Amino acid sequence: MTDALDTASEARPGRASARRRGTGRAGAALAPYLQAAPMALVFLIFFVVPLAATIAVSFWQYTQYSIEPAFTAQNYGDVFYGCVANLPQLCTTFLTYLSTLKFCLSVWFTTLVIGFTIAYFLAFHVRTLKVQVICFLLCTIPFWTSIVIRMISWIPLLGRNGLVNQTLMSMGLIDAPLEGLLYSDFAVILALTHLYALFMVVPIFNSLMRIDPALIEAARDAGASGAQTLRFVIVPLARPGILIGSIFVVTVVMGDFLTIGIMGGQQIASVGKVIQTQMQFLQFPLAAANAVILLAAVLAGVWALLKLVDIRKEL
Amino acid sequence: MTERRPRSFYVLACFFGLFLLFLYGPMISILVLSFQGPEGGLVFPMTGFSTHWFQRLWEGGGQVEIGSALRRSFALALVVMVLTVSFSVLAGLAFRRQFRGATLLLYVAIASLIVPSIVVSLGIALEFRLLDDAIKAFGASAGIDWITNDFVSALGPFTSGLGAHLTWTLPFGLLIMFAVFNRFDPAYEEAARDLGATPWQTFRHVTLPMIAPFLIGVAVFGFTLSWDELARSSQVMGADNTLPMQLAAKTTTVTDPEIYALGTATTGGSVLLVLVTFTLVSLMQRQRRKG
Repeated sequence: MTDALDTASEARPGRASARRRGTGRAGAALAPYLQAAPMALVFLIFFVVPLAATIAVSFWQYTQYSIEPAFTAQNYGDVFYGCVANLPQLCTTFLTYLSTLKFCLSVWFTTLVIGFTIAYFLAFHVRTLKVQVICFLLCTIPFWTSIVIRMISWIPLLGRNGLVNQTLMSMGLIDAPLEGLLYSDFAVILALTHLYALFMVVPIFNSLMRIDPALIEAARDAGASGAQTLRFVIVPLARPGILIGSIFVVTVVMGDFLTIGIMGGQQIASVGKVIQTQMQFLQFPLAAANAVILLAAVLAGVWALLKLVDIRKEL
Repeated sequence: MTERRPRSFYVLACFFGLFLLFLYGPMISILVLSFQGPEGGLVFPMTGFSTHWFQRLWEGGGQVEIGSALRRSFALALVVMVLTVSFSVLAGLAFRRQFRGATLLLYVAIASLIVPSIVVSLGIALEFRLLDDAIKAFGASAGIDWITNDFVSALGPFTSGLGAHLTWTLPFGLLIMFAVFNRFDPAYEEAARDLGATPWQTFRHVTLPMIAPFLIGVAVFGFTLSWDELARSSQVMGADNTLPMQLAAKTTTVTDPEIYALGTATTGGSVLLVLVTFTLVSLMQRQRRKG
C-alpha cells in the first residue's frame, strides 16, 4: 500500500520530482490503478459478478433441492403467469408492482414536499451558518438510529391502544379505536417518509445553497411575485438536488421489503418481499427472475433521470 | 438589528418545528416507555418508573437475546469501517488523476447505491452458493477430506456479509472523498514537494492531516451504515444473525418493553458515538489552527 501511495502522490504536477527520484513514468502512470484497485475489486466480486450470476441463474432450471445450469425461460413465464391471458383482470405480479408503485409515488410526493420545504427554510430563512449547522444536526441525529428501532417506535403511538387512539377517544372524536393506523398502507407510507425525508432534504439544500442570491434579487426587481420567483427561478435551479433525492427515495422504496413487511404487519405484498419469500423456499431461479425484472424497472426509471444531471459536478 | 422577518418565515419555522416533532416524537415515546414499570406494556400509560427492562436486557434470558448478534455486528462494523476508510481514500487519490475506467468505476459505485438492496443481497447469496457447489465438487473430485466432511458454506458475516456491507458503504465513502478533494488546495502538497518531501512524507505530513477530520466522518458513516444495515444483510449472513436482523425478527413476537430498552440503549450508543466524533474533530481542527 505504501508503494501505491508513494508512486501515487508523485505523479501529478510533480513529474519533475518523480524524475528526480528516478521513478519511471510507467510507475507513476500505474499508481492510480493500484489505488483504485481495492475498491474496484470489491465492486467486481460483490456487485458486478453477483448481478451477472443473478441474470444467469434467472434462466436456469430448478428442482426442489437444486439448481441446474440448463437454459429455460420458464422462470419468466412463471412470474408473468396469466398476466396477458386474464386481462383485463390483473395478475399477482402486476398487482404487486402496482402496489409498490403506489407506495413509491406516495412516499416520493411526501418526501419531496417535506424535503423541499425544509431545505428552502434552512437555505433562505436561516441566516447564519451556525444555526444552519445546528438545525442540520437536529435533523440528522435520528438518522443514527437503527431503522428497525425507528419503525418499532411507531407502535406506542399508532397501536390499537396507542397514544393517537387514546387521545382521539378521550377527546370524544371516535368511539372505538381506529384499526388502520398501524399495520396498514398508511403506516407504511408514514414510516417510509419518516425514514427517508432527510435524503431529500440534503441534496435539495445543497442545490439551493448554490443559487446566486443576485438571481433572486433580479427576479424581484423585475417584478416577480414570491410565487413566481419560486416557480421560475428557484425550483428550476434546485432541479439537480430534487433529482438526486428523488432517485434515492424512489429506488429505496421500489426495493423495500422490510418497512412494508414490518409496518404492513407482513400482510402487504411488495416485489422485494416476493423475492425474499422465494429465497426462503429455495426457488432461486424464480427469485432471480423477479430480481432481474425489478432491476430493469428501477434502472429504466433512473436512467432517464441520471441523464439529466452529472452527479460528480454537484458535489 | 436585522430587517423584520417576513410572515413566510414564521410559517416555515412552524413547519420545521413540526418536522422535528415528526422525527423525534416516536423516538421520545420509546425512550419514555423503556423506563416502564415491571408490569407495564408496550403502550402508554406508564405503570411506574423503573430500569427493570434495562436490567432484563443486561442480564439476558428475556424475550430479546442479543449478546452474540451484538458482538458480531460490532466486530463487522469495525472491519467495514476500516476497509471503507482505506479503500475510499485510495480511490479518492486515484480519482484526482486521470485513469482509464475512472468513469466506469464511478458509475458502478453509483449503481451499487441505487440497485435495490434485495437484488444485491440475492446476487451475492447466489454467487456464494455457486461457489459452495464448486468447492464441494472440487473437494469430492480431489478427495480433500475436510471439504467433504466439514465444509458447509462460504456464506458468513465476514465473507459475503462483509462484501455486501462494503457495496453499501464504499459509494458513500467515495462520494465524500470527491467532495473533500474537490475543495482541496494542491498548493500545500506542491510546497511540501518543493521543500524536498518524498511523496510518502507529503501524504503522511501534509495531505493526511488536512483530510483527517473528513476521514473521521467517513469512518463514523461506515460504522453506522454497517451497524444498521439490514436489507443487504438479509440473504448473505449464512447461519448467523446481525443485531438489526435479530431485532427485525423480534418485532412481530415481542410483547414487552424490553425491546424499547434495547432501542434506547442502541440509540444512546449512536448519539454518544456521534458526539465523541464531533468533539474529536473540532479539537483536531482547533489544534491545527494553533499549530
